[in-house]
Parts: sequence; C-alpha cells; structure tokens
Amino acid sequence: MAHDLMTTPGTGSAPKGGAAGRSPLGRFVRWDVLVTALLIAVFLAGAAGSPDFANAGNLSFALGDLGEIALIALAMTLLVVAAEVDLSVASVLGLSSAMIGALWDAGWAIETIIPLVVVVGAVCGLVNGLLVTRLGLPSLAVTIGTLALYRGLAYVVLGDKAVAEFPQRYTDLVTGDVPGTPIPYPVALFVLLAIITGVVLHATGAGRALFAIGSQEEAAFFAGIRVKRIKLVLFVVSGTMAAFAGVVYTLRYGSARADNGFGVELAVIAAVLLGGVDFDGGKGTLGGVIAGVLLIGLLRNLLMLNDVATEIQSIVTGLLLIVSVLTPRLAAVVRQRRRSPAPHTPLSSEAESNR
Amino acid sequence: MTAVTADATPGGRSARGLVELVFRARELSLVAALAVLVLVTTAVNPNFLSGQGVKDIFLNTSILALLAVGQSLVVITRNIDLSVGSVVGLVAFCTGKFVSADPTGRGVLTALVFGVAIGAVCGLLNGLLVSFCRVPALVVTLGTLYVIQGLDHYIAHGQQINAVDLPPALLHLGNEGVLGVPYLPVITVVVMLAVGYYLRSYPSGRDFYAIGSSPEAARLAGVPVRRRVLAAYLFSGALAGLGGVLWLARFGTVVADPARGWELIVVSAVVVGGVAIVGGVGTVYGAVLGALLLTTIGSALVVLKVNSFWQQALTGALLLLAITVDRVLAVRVTRLLRKRSVRHGA
Amino acid sequence: MRDPGEAEAPRGPAPGTAPPPVLALRKAGKSFGAVRALREVSLELFAGEAHALAGENGAGKSTLVKTLSGVHRPDEGEVLLDGAPVEFGGPAAAQEAGVAVIYQEPTLFPDLSVAENIFMGRQPRARFGRIDRRAMHAEATELFTGLGVAIDPGRPARGLSIADQQLVEIAKALSRRARVLIMDEPTAALSGNEVARLFNVVKTLREQGCAVLFISHRLDEIFELCQRVTILRDGAWVAGEPISALTPDDLVRRMVGRDLDTLYPKQDTLPGEVALTVGRLTREGVFTDVSFEVRRGEIVALAGLVGAGRSEVARAIFGVDRWDAGTVEVGGRRLPPGSPTAAMAAGLALVPEDRRQQGLVMDLSIERNIGLTGLKSVRRGPVISRAAERDRARDWAARLQLKFTRLGDAVNVLSGGNQQKVVLAKWLATDPAVLIVDEPTRGIDIGTKAEVHRLLSELAGRGIAILMISSDLPEVLGMADRVLVMHEGRLAAEIPRERATEESVMSAATGRDGAAA
Repeated sequence: MAHDLMTTPGTGSAPKGGAAGRSPLGRFVRWDVLVTALLIAVFLAGAAGSPDFANAGNLSFALGDLGEIALIALAMTLLVVAAEVDLSVASVLGLSSAMIGALWDAGWAIETIIPLVVVVGAVCGLVNGLLVTRLGLPSLAVTIGTLALYRGLAYVVLGDKAVAEFPQRYTDLVTGDVPGTPIPYPVALFVLLAIITGVVLHATGAGRALFAIGSQEEAAFFAGIRVKRIKLVLFVVSGTMAAFAGVVYTLRYGSARADNGFGVELAVIAAVLLGGVDFDGGKGTLGGVIAGVLLIGLLRNLLMLNDVATEIQSIVTGLLLIVSVLTPRLAAVVRQRRRSPAPHTPLSSEAESNR
Repeated sequence: MTAVTADATPGGRSARGLVELVFRARELSLVAALAVLVLVTTAVNPNFLSGQGVKDIFLNTSILALLAVGQSLVVITRNIDLSVGSVVGLVAFCTGKFVSADPTGRGVLTALVFGVAIGAVCGLLNGLLVSFCRVPALVVTLGTLYVIQGLDHYIAHGQQINAVDLPPALLHLGNEGVLGVPYLPVITVVVMLAVGYYLRSYPSGRDFYAIGSSPEAARLAGVPVRRRVLAAYLFSGALAGLGGVLWLARFGTVVADPARGWELIVVSAVVVGGVAIVGGVGTVYGAVLGALLLTTIGSALVVLKVNSFWQQALTGALLLLAITVDRVLAVRVTRLLRKRSVRHGA
Repeated sequence: MRDPGEAEAPRGPAPGTAPPPVLALRKAGKSFGAVRALREVSLELFAGEAHALAGENGAGKSTLVKTLSGVHRPDEGEVLLDGAPVEFGGPAAAQEAGVAVIYQEPTLFPDLSVAENIFMGRQPRARFGRIDRRAMHAEATELFTGLGVAIDPGRPARGLSIADQQLVEIAKALSRRARVLIMDEPTAALSGNEVARLFNVVKTLREQGCAVLFISHRLDEIFELCQRVTILRDGAWVAGEPISALTPDDLVRRMVGRDLDTLYPKQDTLPGEVALTVGRLTREGVFTDVSFEVRRGEIVALAGLVGAGRSEVARAIFGVDRWDAGTVEVGGRRLPPGSPTAAMAAGLALVPEDRRQQGLVMDLSIERNIGLTGLKSVRRGPVISRAAERDRARDWAARLQLKFTRLGDAVNVLSGGNQQKVVLAKWLATDPAVLIVDEPTRGIDIGTKAEVHRLLSELAGRGIAILMISSDLPEVLGMADRVLVMHEGRLAAEIPRERATEESVMSAATGRDGAAA
C-alpha cells in the first residue's frame, strides 16, 4: 500500500458507475422542479379559465411583455450566483431610453444611437464594477447609489418629456415576429442569449468559477481564479444588457422617457430568487430563473386578462419574492432541527449576516 | 513589563483622539458642507435665506429626517429597511381616509395613534421576517415594499385625499408652529435627541451597535440579537407611520403612494450622515444632518436655477462619495491603529 | 519562575475535606456522526492551579474545551461544577457560571471601545438606568492595572494586536468574576515579550484562586506554567498527572503514543536542479529579506512560531499577497507579484493554511472542488465534458485513497483528513513543479496524517519540490531534508536534516539560545 498512491488509479474506494449524486444542488433542483410545476399549473389553470389565454397571439404578447425583465434577469443570475447584486439595472434602462429620445430628437440616426447607448450601458456597469472590485465596497450600497445617479442622469438628459414617433421599421424590429413563426424577435433573441448564458454558467470553467466565488470567495481566489476581473466583467455585462433592454423597451412602446422601467430591478430580482438562486450566492440554475421569469409573466398576464387590478399584481410579485426566499430558509431550519436536536450547534456564520 | 507599559500609553491616547476626530469629522464636515452650500447660494440669490426659505427647508427636511432616524437604527444593526417609503404612503392615505370620514370626531391624536399603529404593524412584519426567519433584509423589505405599495393603490383606487375634508387641527400641525417655529422640525428634533440619547447612554442602546459591529461576538456576549433587530424594525416602521401622518398634515392633498422612491433617499441620507452600511458605526445626529444636506441641495438647485433634474443624480453621487470616503478612511485608520499597537516587531 | 510549593497543594481526586474541583469532566464522550471526538475523558480543575491539556492536533482538545464551555453537550458522562453535575444550556450559561474561554483569536466588537467590549451587556449604571461611562472606564482601567498592562479603555478594539485582544478578553472574564479560565492556544500568535506578559497575568490570576486550563503546543510553556497535565490521544484520555513527575520526552511519548518512524516515512532522495528561488523577498512590516532555494525532490520545511511570517511568505510566493521587493523564480522564470494565475501557470501550487476558508469551497461537491484549478484537460473547446470531469475526479480520489460516498457530495461532509486529500488532489491535478503546503496535517487524525506524509514523501521522490510550513515540530524533523527557521519576519537559520533537533529549531525560532520566551 505504501507506494501506490500516485501510480495506480482506479482501485480506491470510489463507487463504480456514474452514480455521482447532485446532492449539494439537490434541494435547489427540487426547487426548480417546483417552480416549473407551478408554472405548468398556472398555464393549465389559465387555459382552462380563460379562452383568451392559451392562443398564440396572447402568449406571444405575454412573452414580448416580459422582454426586458427576461434579458436583465440573465445577467442578474450570473451576478447573484457570484454573491453580488446590481440594483441599478432599471436606471440604466431608463438612461438608455432617455438617451435614445434625446439623440433621436437631435436628429441622430437610430443605427448610431443604438450602439452608442449600449456602450454607455457598459460604462455604467464598469463604474459599478470598479467601485465594487477596486474599492471593496458592498455592491448593494454601490448600486443603490448608482440607481439614483443613473436615473437622475436620465432626467438630466431628457427631462420629463416623452419622445415618440419612431419610424415603424424600427419598432417592427421589436414588435414583429420572426418570419413564418409567431415568435417575436425579442423572444428569439432571448432564447439565443439564454442558451449562451446557460452554457457559460453550467458548462464552462467560468461558470464553475462563479459558483466557487459565490460560495467562498477566498477559496476561489486561492485556487487561482481571477475573482475581481470576473466580477468586473459581470457588472459590465449587466450594464450592457440593461441598456440593450432599454432599447427594446423604448422601441416596443414607441416612447422614450426618463422614467421608463421604473422599479424593474425589483421584478428582475424577484424572478431570479423565485427561480431558486440563493441570494447569498453559490447556488442556483438558469433553468430555474427562466421558469421564474415565465411564472411572473404568466401570472401578470392572467391577472390582466381577468381584469384584476394592476395593484394586485404588485402585491402578488411582492409575496412571491418573500415566499421564494422564505421557503428555502425555513426548509433549512426544519432540516437542521431534525438533524441535531441540541439547540446549540456550533455557531454558524450565516446566521445573522443578513443582506 | 515596565517598558511595555511605558510605550503603550501615548500610543493608546493619541489613537483614541484620532478615532474620535474621525467620527466627529463626519458631522463637522457635514456642517461645513451645509455652510458652504448656504453661503454660495445666498451670495447668488439672497432670497435663499429669507424667513420663508429657511422655514421651507426645515419643513421639507422634517419628515425625511424622521425616517432617517428610524433607518439609522436598522442600518446600525447591519440590516436595511427599504419599505419605509411605501409605509409613509400607505399611512398617509389610510389615515387621511380614516379621519376625513369623521373630521369632527377624529382629531390629531387619533390620527397619530392610527398612523403609528399601521406603521408599527408593517415594521413588525419586516422585523419578524428578518430576525426570526433569517431572510436577507434587502430581499424581504423589497418584497414588503411591493406588497405595501400594491395595498396602498388598491385601497386608494384612484381616489385622493383632499385638504378640505381633513380636520383643521391636523393641517395646523403640519404647517403652523409656536413662536414662529413650525411643529414638524420640533417633533423631529425631539425624536432625534431622544433616540440619540438612548443609543448612547443605555445598555440596550449599545446592543444595536454591538450587533452591527460583530453579530458573532454579540451572541457570545449574550446580547438578545433577534429581539433587538425586531425592535429596530418595529421602531423604523412606527416612525414611518408618524412620518405618514405628518405628510398628510403638511400636504393635505394626498394621492396613493406619494412617497414613492423615498426609501433610497432615506438610505442615502443615512449613509451620507455617516452611518456605515455594514453596521456598527454612526449616529442619528449624523443621519439627520445628512437629510438636511440632501434637502438643502434640492432647495439650492431651485434657487440657483439649476435644472432640478440634477437633484436625484446628485443624491446618488453623494451617496457614492460617502461610502467611498468611509471605506478609504476605515482602511487608513485601521492601518494606523494597527501600527500603533504593534510592539516589539511582532 | 515556578513556585512549586503552594501552587501544587491541591492535587488529585480530592479526599474528604479538600474542596471539590471547581470544574470537572467525568467520563465524558462526544461524537459527531460516525467520528468519536471524545471517549471517556475525565479532567478536574482546582482553584489556584494551572492545568495543561496536551495532545496532538485532532486529539480532541478543542472538543473538550467546547464541552466545558457549553458549546457542546456531552453525549455521555457529565460536567461537574463545584462537585455537582451541571448542564450548560449554551456558552452564555457557562459564562454565567464563571467559566471563561480565551481563544487564540478573540471575538471583539471592532467598532466599540475597549471598555464597552469588556462590559457589553453588564455596563455599570448611573441613575435612571443610564450607562455610567466614567465608572465603566475607571473599572476597565482598574482591571488593566490589576493585570499590569496599559490599554486605553477609550480606544476602539479595531486595530488592537492579538495579544492585546486576549488581554481585553481576560479583563472581560475578570469583570465577570470568572473562576475558570480556559486558554485555547493563547500563545500561538504571540511574540516572546507578549508571552512573558501573558504568563505574568496568568500567574497572578492563579494566585488569586482562579483555575486555569492551558492548551499549548509548546512544551516549555507547559512546564513553566502548569502544575498538572491531562493528555489526550485520538479522543481518549491517556494520562493525568502532576507535571513534576514528567520529563518533556515522557510527555511527547504519551501524546504521540507510537513510533515516530511510521508516522514520518521520509524516503531519501537526491535533490535535483533548483525549482524555486526566492530572492530577498520583502513585504513591509510582515517579512524582510527572505532568500532561499528549493530543489526538485527536496522537502524543505519552513519552521518558526505562528506570527513569524511563514504563511505570509508562502502567500506572497503564490501571489495571493503582493510583495514590496525581491524576486520569485520558478524553474528560472520570474513571477510577477500578486498573481496566483501566473504562479499556477509557472507550476506553483499552494495548499493553504486554512482549509475551510481558503483550501476548499465547502458547499461545492468533491468533483467540483478537484476541478476548480484546471479544467483544460476536460474541455472540448470552451465547454466542459462532465463525464471527463467526473472521471478525472474519480481518478484522483482513487489515487489518494479518498474515503467518500459520492463524488457529488459536498466536501463539508468529509472528515478533515479527507478534505485535505481533496485539496491535495485539486493541486496535484495541475501537475505542479513546486508544491507549497501550509500546515498540511493540522486537525487531521493520526492515520490520515501518516498517509499525507507518505504522499508528500512520494511526491518528492517523483521530483516535485516541496516547501512545507508546519508548527508541528516532530513533523518538521521527521519530514524535512532541510529546515528553514523564521523569526519575526526574517530567516533566522537554515539547518540540514542531520543537525535538526527540537532544540536547534526552537532556539532559532525564538531568537534566543536555549530557554525560550
């Protein structure tokens, strides 16, 4: 036994076969499944309850209506998995919209405006990222600050007026369908981006690194992962995506306003957490997030079809948000109780470091 | 041993002075910033310091400062309460509806009790979720923000409260005063002094700082962490309720969700006022000064005829500046303190 | 410095009239899952006596401390307070009963003043329940004066040295009128002068009637301070006797309980060419002018007291910390400062000191942890092949004889020794030329410890250059071809294997000749 440690692989105590469990993620896989099941239930209930629901026109409208939330949620998932958060996304969306309006008013071409505002969004993200990674500030505080700053800049750029009257060939790009299908362009784009994000998060070294950073940043750093650079990139991606969502939003409603997308950050975070991503980082799947986004979208659509007031929708979103963080914690508490009846297990550090 | 004793004393003394200076420095620099702002604005437009102008600033600051006092307590325990703005809106509207249903029978006191009670219930809910269910404070209070906002709109249903329906005494509370001093700032100052004194001078007040400074050590020291966190939220909610009633009293006409977006201004005021977002540090005096500074900037922009849209951007920039300065100072001070306590090359 | 006469008076199981032990443990047992951390351990602490608790890493000392301080409840046996069985509901209850623990790294409120730290929750009151700050500061000053130290009660705890933080904890314990003071490796991070100061304080407390339980890896400290010693090995009670009846060799033999040769199976190797060259490396205020080489096939130990700068040198070499001056070369290539990525690319690997914080991502699975360092071999383009990833993890798990249920299990369910094997697997998978191991066997059971040693020896035999940091002197002496000793941030000595003895290493580590501290 003495000298074979390094030389004879395959004879250890490893169980044979592909029985590798997914137990660390097991709880959340189940959560994904739960959300997906809920999604299907809501869909079936909707189809049974209202004839206007399950037709291609309404569904494609419901999906299109989710566009900006879904796009931003992709980037937000990556950030939250890495235990960071970006609350400024809705303000970047607003700034992007306001700039489109102001520049269009000034006679610029849309072809120039769109790349420009996307770059501005990237810069907004870069500012967030630099403040977080270079100065070591909490991303929560930083992005509360830039939430106000970017929204303020949006008002500075456009004031409280609205710019409309974008030529139809541009708004068609957003409201139109991919030829031959009932699928709106933004949805097709979202599917493409979601596939890319899913592959990056779940099947590349970068994705593995994100989970490691989110669960234990120091250990990730000691494993040679460039923690700061990765986080910086994430914030830039988040800003870019938010600005792009601003473009989609503006063209879809055909109206550029500084207050566009007010409060969207909450809906995005609700969708991400509802999808089973742990707010403390390190856990979650993109599939869950997409289910979460769709669930929120379908619920909204159903409530709207049934003439339920918009304020109830806000209450439902809020409750979903609370439930989605509360359930896993309560489940964890119950499990812990069951495992160790003694009330004083070694003090866990997660306990009170809320936020 | 004697050598150790001898060189420890001067190091310790000056370190203490240094730290106190840094903490005082925040409040002093806020006062200085205010002074510069007022001087420059007055130089450009002398009307800025007219009796009415000053009175307006104080009236406008009062409610924000009240919320900042409650928020400070929460932030000092390393938590956050984003639902305050929606609580103010809910309370303002509900209280308005409640008293206008019977303007003669329901007076100022009833309105205050009613509003504070609603606020306290909201705070209790937040507090229970955060302290006993251990859910991240940011997420929970985002969620309750949503719920309370929706509730407010649902109750309001497009209506609005009109000043003419309210008891005159209530409007009097919001706009008049004694000896030329309006009631609102007086209420705020009284609350601020009481809370400030409590936090500094009572053992249970120190618990809040202990929890924010190190939750782990607080538990080991037998501090009732959950009860204190719950109390902080309860208090923040109750003050938001009070703020809601005062909002109603000041403006009279209230639509649904009037204080939309205020949660961020409140957090900005608190952080600009020197309460560390990571807890354990800061005073309510600083938070109130922060609120005063933010309000004064807004008024100054109007007087200086700067596009008032800059105000929000400036608030954000100021918040970023405050946390950056805090961070840089903290790193410097820690390094300095460490150097002074290193002895014999250890 | 010992005064045997009066201090040794109360000893042994108290017969008849003598007072019962202040705090005692009778036949206590404690298990965590399948691991029996304590078995039938008995221990008695008498007033006015300093009692040493000795044993190797993983022998169950910290479980014992946690049982006495109310963190754990014993599964079997009981805790006795003044001779009567007692059940502490938690740390607070134990504190209430007068049991205070001083940890190696105390937990203080960094933002609050020293006086507030001492009196948190029990502040002296003035009228109307207000805090009497003046009285609080006066009492704190008095406590410190009684301890013979000068710490300003008004300064914040942030930035206090570890030694001063411990004194604040001791002052806190005294203000609670603690009768039992448990000190868990308090001297590990202290300099010589600080240790002397701490010992003076402890002796004063003992004379005032405190019972002290003292844990240390440094035998000379145990012999200087304590009257009796309890020895644990693999969670079981081995011996409890007056220290005057023991020689240091006896103590070591009882602690280790087996032949050192099987525990340290070092093969002789012929060192090859230089793999790692460190030239005048300096990080201001941490270490200065550190120069050495490690050759292929060589195990070089970096010894010294905790706080001498050993781990910091390793961190700087690997790029986790920056350095201010000097050079690091791996295989002739110069490394840029502050880049772990560059260090890895050059063939460096670091098994860090703190396994749970730095070595592993505790919530992730075994295979993900092993895969963390290098995924190139299992990628197709940018995409990872899960089958290849798992095969590789299984391969390494087998080579290191990792004991586990499923590769998908989170590493936090593994024992300390198996966790360390995962860390090693993670780094060996990068095929390193130079392996730096920082405290490779801390908190690992004896069996796995021997396995890790055999593995290190074999890796050296295969031509890897190994730099080993260890506070475990027998490990250093048993494994190293050369011993570098650091003292207060500088290399104090380089001792070849033949001349390396406990005395020669310790005297260099303490910066003195012979008698340490």
